[in-house]
Amino acid sequence: MTPAPLHVAGERLMLDPAGLLAWPARRTLVVGDLHLEKGSHFARGGRFVPPYDTRETLQRLHLALRRWRPARVILLGDSFHDAGGAGRLAAEDAALLRRMLDGVELLWVLGNHDPVAPAGLPGTALEEVQDGPLTFRHEARRGPVKPAEISGHFHPKATMPTRCGGVTRPCFVADAWRVMLPAFGAYTGGLDAGDPAIAGLFPRGARLFLLGQDRLYSMPTGPARGLRVTAAGSA
Amino acid sequence: MRTLPEPFAAWFAGRGWTPRPHQLALLRAAEAGESALLIAPTGGGKTLAGFLPSLIDLARAPRAGLHTLYVSPLKALAVDIARNLTAPVEDLSLPIRIETRTGDTPQNRRARQKEDPPHLLLTTPESLELLLSQPAATEFFAGLSAVVVDEIHALAGTKRGDQLALGLSRLGTLAPAARRVGLSATVAHPEPLRAFLSPTGQAADVRLVQVRGGAAPKLTVQLPEGHLPWGGHMGLASAPEIYRKIREARVTIVFVNTRAQAELVFQALWKLNDDALAIALHHGSLTVEQRRKVEAAMALGKLRAVVATASLDLGIDWGDVDQVIQVGAPKGVARLLQRVGRANHRMDEPSRAVLVPANRFEVIECAAALEAVRHEELDGDPPRPGGLDVLAQHVLAMACHAPFDPDALYAEVTRAAPYAGLTRRDFDDVVRFVEDGGYALRVYERFRKLFRDSEGLVHVRDQRVARQLRMNLGTIVETPMVKVRLRGGPLLGEVEEWFVSTLLPGDGFMFAGQALRFEALDGMSAIVSRGGTRGELRVPAYAGSRMPLTTWLAARVREILHDPKKWRLLPDPVRDWLRLQQKRSMLPEQDGLLIETFPRGGRWFLVAYCFEGRLAHQTLGMLVTRRMERLGYGPMGYLATDYVLAAWSAFEPTDVEPLFEEDILGEDLEEWMAESSMLRRTFRNIATIAGLIEKNHPGQEKSGRQMTMNSDLIYDVLRKHEPDHILLRATRQEAAGGLTDVARIGLLLARAKGRIRHQVLDRVSPLAVPALIEEGREWVAGGAEDALLAEAAALVEEATDGDEVFSGILAEVTEGVRANPGRVVDKPRQRDRKQRFNRFIRSAPKSVSGA
Repeated sequence: MTPAPLHVAGERLMLDPAGLLAWPARRTLVVGDLHLEKGSHFARGGRFVPPYDTRETLQRLHLALRRWRPARVILLGDSFHDAGGAGRLAAEDAALLRRMLDGVELLWVLGNHDPVAPAGLPGTALEEVQDGPLTFRHEARRGPVKPAEISGHFHPKATMPTRCGGVTRPCFVADAWRVMLPAFGAYTGGLDAGDPAIAGLFPRGARLFLLGQDRLYSMPTGPARGLRVTAAGSA
Repeated sequence: MRTLPEPFAAWFAGRGWTPRPHQLALLRAAEAGESALLIAPTGGGKTLAGFLPSLIDLARAPRAGLHTLYVSPLKALAVDIARNLTAPVEDLSLPIRIETRTGDTPQNRRARQKEDPPHLLLTTPESLELLLSQPAATEFFAGLSAVVVDEIHALAGTKRGDQLALGLSRLGTLAPAARRVGLSATVAHPEPLRAFLSPTGQAADVRLVQVRGGAAPKLTVQLPEGHLPWGGHMGLASAPEIYRKIREARVTIVFVNTRAQAELVFQALWKLNDDALAIALHHGSLTVEQRRKVEAAMALGKLRAVVATASLDLGIDWGDVDQVIQVGAPKGVARLLQRVGRANHRMDEPSRAVLVPANRFEVIECAAALEAVRHEELDGDPPRPGGLDVLAQHVLAMACHAPFDPDALYAEVTRAAPYAGLTRRDFDDVVRFVEDGGYALRVYERFRKLFRDSEGLVHVRDQRVARQLRMNLGTIVETPMVKVRLRGGPLLGEVEEWFVSTLLPGDGFMFAGQALRFEALDGMSAIVSRGGTRGELRVPAYAGSRMPLTTWLAARVREILHDPKKWRLLPDPVRDWLRLQQKRSMLPEQDGLLIETFPRGGRWFLVAYCFEGRLAHQTLGMLVTRRMERLGYGPMGYLATDYVLAAWSAFEPTDVEPLFEEDILGEDLEEWMAESSMLRRTFRNIATIAGLIEKNHPGQEKSGRQMTMNSDLIYDVLRKHEPDHILLRATRQEAAGGLTDVARIGLLLARAKGRIRHQVLDRVSPLAVPALIEEGREWVAGGAEDALLAEAAALVEEATDGDEVFSGILAEVTEGVRANPGRVVDKPRQRDRKQRFNRFIRSAPKSVSGA
């Protein structure tokens, strides 16, 4: 695993190919949408998808924690798939979560899926986290952000053209002011980074970092021209 | 019994008919209370034979309530039969009411049918299962005397057939006295059909009535007058000849193999249609109303021709059809004969049919098919075990009907032939799966759908569960399609969603007979414009409508190819093609394995001419790509046709012999196969039928990214945490049916040892062309993707010199490379526009597991 350094607002951040972001200067690890207990959410609706998604997600997170040994973890919201998710957490999974985060300061940024603090779990729930030049929130705010913002929510992914056709992967999206993290959960899909919902937040274009086996693959995107014109956009 | 009882004898005589021996034979079986299977060519009065005993019984002893249930694979067939049976019933003023019940039947009529059942009810396997899931089914079917299953050959061996077999078994419990009648077209193996129909699962308990003969069909092969195409399956080059044949005949059915082909042939014919002949179109993607209109017009004799897919394969009686044209290879002898039988519904006159091969390989295939028909050799697949996903649906449906005793239900299920070999362990696991998912991690107990009472009976939790089941009942999983629309212009047709997901804006592809440039995805339509693309044009394939050639026919093709003396069966252009292959590369030899490698479209292709049939090549493809991965060639996918295995990779396979060494069998295959697109696809179907993920309702806009869960993600998580789960066992069992056992591959490899002829070519060879545009590609999940990403990222780095100026340079560089390896063409255009098409993510799981 080779992380890629990224400088935002004078801070040196590390993008991890596992799909999370480290801020070594502050011994902080930042993780996007976990969507824990998405499986049991479906099961409640009568679709018994395998109940191992939470364990899978936590195990991946556990690996990253051992790699970075952070003092603080910021979860960027939608950590649970729904407000009742924390209540459905299996005892083993809750124990694993406690064990691996023992001695780590845990901050739950609230998301649209989990607008309330997870009951019975350690950590602090907040609307957003402000630290130095960085603001951590679930959904990126439209318009200029000062000095810089770290967010999740959109589950970005992108297709890189190669000589044998496009290869699609989840990705980070970043410019000089914003970093958007891919979703981390085992059952999370993705939205293309070219979608207006994402591209509109990066009006001058962005750099994409696609997740690979051991490293990230970077590519730039052009300014979001498609947004301005719809009819003649392809000329 | 020598003749029919009155008034039926008189009615027959009045029409100038005499009862046929098989009609009397079925009557005798019915009198004896025995089940019977009738196998007869089309036009044998099969349907009437199936119903006569019921009509006679009801005429003799009129009574209220459901007497005979008729099940057919097609809704249209049920409607058609209802119409045809009306004639004798009205002529003879019989006290018999006939009604249909399908997905199209309005709610109020269904309710009335429950209150006051008709004597004859005509339905489909899905509607039958729905009826059986109702609490009232016990009374509804209590007085049932007979079940007629039409076109049984088209149902047995499919998942719909599995569902029907389970339904029949339940009917056997509700109405033990009811006899069964199966009606089938001529098949190679009648025994499995007898077992399928049997109330005990034993073939011996069903009387077999077989009608032989009928006049041999008159088949001819028609080639285009101009150039005979190299590849393609559309057959459009022959449109003028097809049109001429239509003009010469009274009524023609033009059969094609895929929906896309139907659209294209239809358009091509109308372009030539100076006489304004009434030519219509009929295929499964059209709306019900459109299809009904065509069927009605056909029945009234208003049409001169209809271009149709398998949607018209089955026995709707068109009466006056006097010619069948098969465009594209027939793919199987039994299937060809069924289609040919649509012409001329009188048994004693020969059917006339014309085969129109679409490319050179298909000419050989047609020649092989003609030989096979001459020798009256039929092909067909052996029976396979019933699907556990279908069983899961059935278990829940039975719980919705009434609380069941698991022992009794197990006994009932194993009386259905496809489930005769079902183990109690698998049955119990299926029940547990229905109950709460059946996972070792028992966290869903509080959501369970079934519960057991103190006497051990299994109940359904509540009505909500029953409603959900009834809405999702059925075993047909549609491949998601995307419409193709010209910018500011008309709709051109549909392609499969996965194909669109592989296109980038600016990519060119062939569709509707023209070169189109993909621009963007707008909702569920792909917006395209004409021309102006660079690089190679791609051809959309339709995995969902893939029709494999039977292995048996492949053997005949190989014989012709190997033996230049047999080339006299072939027309000149095909002989020229084979000679050109001799010149450019070489012909496959009788006792050697020809392997060609060549670059194309930015990747390297390897084509092995094994001629072992698709299933063997499918397995071999997994083995060979596994070894390619080990050797660092970066395999990306493969395609198994009946003749060849074609694999493509990111890097040139320079040394091919190790790829076909016998020790490739020793490698750790299980894991590799589990990653394959074939198993993923199989799992998706199983997960859908078993009720794990939402069905894709065709035509319905997806609800965006939120609620549909990607089956690949589920598959990866389940495989990692509970590899022995019942759904994974079901997936492996089903996929095994699409693979050949490794022992046979071992023989192939042993034979090839020391006899490999490797031809290194600079471009595709004549013989490889048809294979490369064949349908049904498989992807492999190796390291090639990451290697390609690294390459592309390095190119960008080089071109931009690490510059953080965000521009479209990447697209320029990589698209140039992609279009034409070794030569960077000038910039096509800026990549822009929203790229929402990418939400059809194909490779999500790899990236996730790689994280």
